[in-house]
Amino acid sequence: MTVSASEIPAAAGIISVRNLIKQFGRFAALRGVTADFDAGKFHAILGDNGAGKTTLLRALAGLADPTRGTVAILGKNPREACREIGYMAHPSLLYDEMSGMENLRYFARLYDIAGDARCQQVIRSVGLDPELSRPIGQYSQGMRQRMSLARAILHDPKILLLDEPFSNVDVHSAQEMVGLLKHMRDAGKTIFVVTHQAALLEGVADEFIWMQAGQIVDRTPQLSAEHSGAGAQ
Amino acid sequence: MSSLRSITLATLAKDIRLEWRSKDAINSMLFFSLLVVVIFSFSFDPNAEESRQIAGGLIWVAFLFAAVVALNQTWARELRNQVLDAYRVSPAPANALFTAKVLGNFFLVSLLEALMAPLFMIFYNLRALGPAWQLIPVALLGTWALVVNGTFFAAMSLRTRSREIMLPLLLFPISIPAVQSMVEATRIILSGDGAARFWIVLLLTYDVVFTTACLALFETVLQAE
Amino acid sequence: MKRVFPILAVLTGLLLAYAFYEAIWVAPMERTMGDVQRIFYYHVPSAWTAFLLFFVNLIASVIYLIRKNAKADAVAVVSAEVGVVFCTVVLVTGPIWARPVWGIWWTWDLRLTTTLVLWLIYVSYLMLRRFSDSSQTPKLAAVLAIFGALDVPLVYFSIWFFRTQHPQPVIGGGGSIDPRMLHVLLINWLAFSCFAFLLSWARYRLEWLQREVEEAQALESLLGDGLAAPTRAPLDKTSSRTGPQ
Repeated sequence: MTVSASEIPAAAGIISVRNLIKQFGRFAALRGVTADFDAGKFHAILGDNGAGKTTLLRALAGLADPTRGTVAILGKNPREACREIGYMAHPSLLYDEMSGMENLRYFARLYDIAGDARCQQVIRSVGLDPELSRPIGQYSQGMRQRMSLARAILHDPKILLLDEPFSNVDVHSAQEMVGLLKHMRDAGKTIFVVTHQAALLEGVADEFIWMQAGQIVDRTPQLSAEHSGAGAQ
Repeated sequence: MSSLRSITLATLAKDIRLEWRSKDAINSMLFFSLLVVVIFSFSFDPNAEESRQIAGGLIWVAFLFAAVVALNQTWARELRNQVLDAYRVSPAPANALFTAKVLGNFFLVSLLEALMAPLFMIFYNLRALGPAWQLIPVALLGTWALVVNGTFFAAMSLRTRSREIMLPLLLFPISIPAVQSMVEATRIILSGDGAARFWIVLLLTYDVVFTTACLALFETVLQAE
Repeated sequence: MKRVFPILAVLTGLLLAYAFYEAIWVAPMERTMGDVQRIFYYHVPSAWTAFLLFFVNLIASVIYLIRKNAKADAVAVVSAEVGVVFCTVVLVTGPIWARPVWGIWWTWDLRLTTTLVLWLIYVSYLMLRRFSDSSQTPKLAAVLAIFGALDVPLVYFSIWFFRTQHPQPVIGGGGSIDPRMLHVLLINWLAFSCFAFLLSWARYRLEWLQREVEEAQALESLLGDGLAAPTRAPLDKTSSRTGPQ
């Protein structure tokens, strides 16, 4: 698996969130989240449904504008820092009727990446075959999520934001993805994974962030005994 | 900006390729357009002299309905699998996406018009008594007017409930001066009674004003979440 | 502010009553149309008031887009709603006037038709606000208001030219107006403007209170749960086992 490394100063807080509030009418999905996240670390975000995990990730990706508060990525607004951010969610963010290479070729244009070489390289790095001409709609969920990950890392971003990447994914694909993410963290990337399957990341993630009711309630370096039963599959 | 153009073309090419593969939208739209022409012909007797006077209006109303059907599926592919999010997080400019979608819709609606117009001519025995070539700028400018605002309002409707009905609700009032221009110009050209120049200029003005407004405000609408 | 409102309401009521008196009894009878013409004193001021309110909506929308000022958005909602009300009055009084005088219900009169299109645009504006449950609805509505404003001159020109090709009756008299009638017209306009201001103010208060309630509810859950600082809160094991969505 070949993924290029990026230099990130380890000391700098790469992402800063200050008093982040996101309201949808009467409902506050995020209720004043304040946190700093270090570069080059693998953060797992856990919590119940409705805890605000997805909203937090979308705010970091620049997809959901905060009602109040700020998000700073490398000192910039998320949209300004968009080349450094790779985003992946439970839906595949890919076109079902096109093949993997066709999809990636299109997204490569959006990032000013010329030629097929890079697309082929990332497809191989997630364990798939670039020559496969089947449309993505016919892939298994595991293959689809891996291709979605390929799309997210296509432009070699410093930061990866993955929202439930392992949902409905077969064990083999999930483990492959985790392995790849671990390599990428080792190469200096900063990774955020929202998941209900905390056990998959045990021993891999540098930090487990627990959210509840729109706030971060705990940050632990490993799955502690009282949390370890939660979300295990 | 060269990347704006290349992304626009890449997006347009992708849309054409996708539509070609599934053909689901175009087939139903073609048939719908045909049905509209037939229903109109039954409702407004083509043999009556008065009907030939209003044929211009009939044609454009029929085009309007066909256009709404086409416009409603503008963003459907981007919503499946939330692909629109992938575009939004990329550095690609919002206007490239908008322009690609407008061009795609323009080709699609023009295709529908190319089917419907000959049928109308046949059913209503239409002959242009005025300068027939002027129908071309009228058709181009008129279609652009519907499609540019239609694509924009389709994007606005994404954030609403009852998405499909919201599009015509927003589009029709704003399109009134454009529709009036198209209809009057067509009537004048077909009946040879007067000059359509004012209406063509008004259509051009409408197109310039609203294309500018759409390009200026599309990013705001796209990123509104 | 609480005391000013009732005083203003009483004054407006008196002004409206006076304007009514002027319109119905004092104003001279129109030569050709007779008493029916008096509806003119309701039709025209309503139109001017509606246009003024829509103009306010445009300004408020632009301010909102530039400054994201919540008060500007509230003013936009209010002016749109009250504007539609006055617009409806114009559209109803028009045909009521036209029917006995010219024998037709509707005519593509320049002002009347422009009012109709404005009414349609603003009703679609209100529908957008009602059907959109996004947190960015004010932004979308402001964009629509700008589109509407751009449309109005085009509507005006297209109808104007249409009328030169297809002559139609003119409602409301185009030519010079008797100074006594002008006087009554202006009094009615003043009364209508005050009434519109009062309605808008009351509606604004209502809108602002509604927003404050929503904010308070959100704030309540922010503070009330007492989860301000990170703590080692044990999570319920069963709830986290819900698995993929």
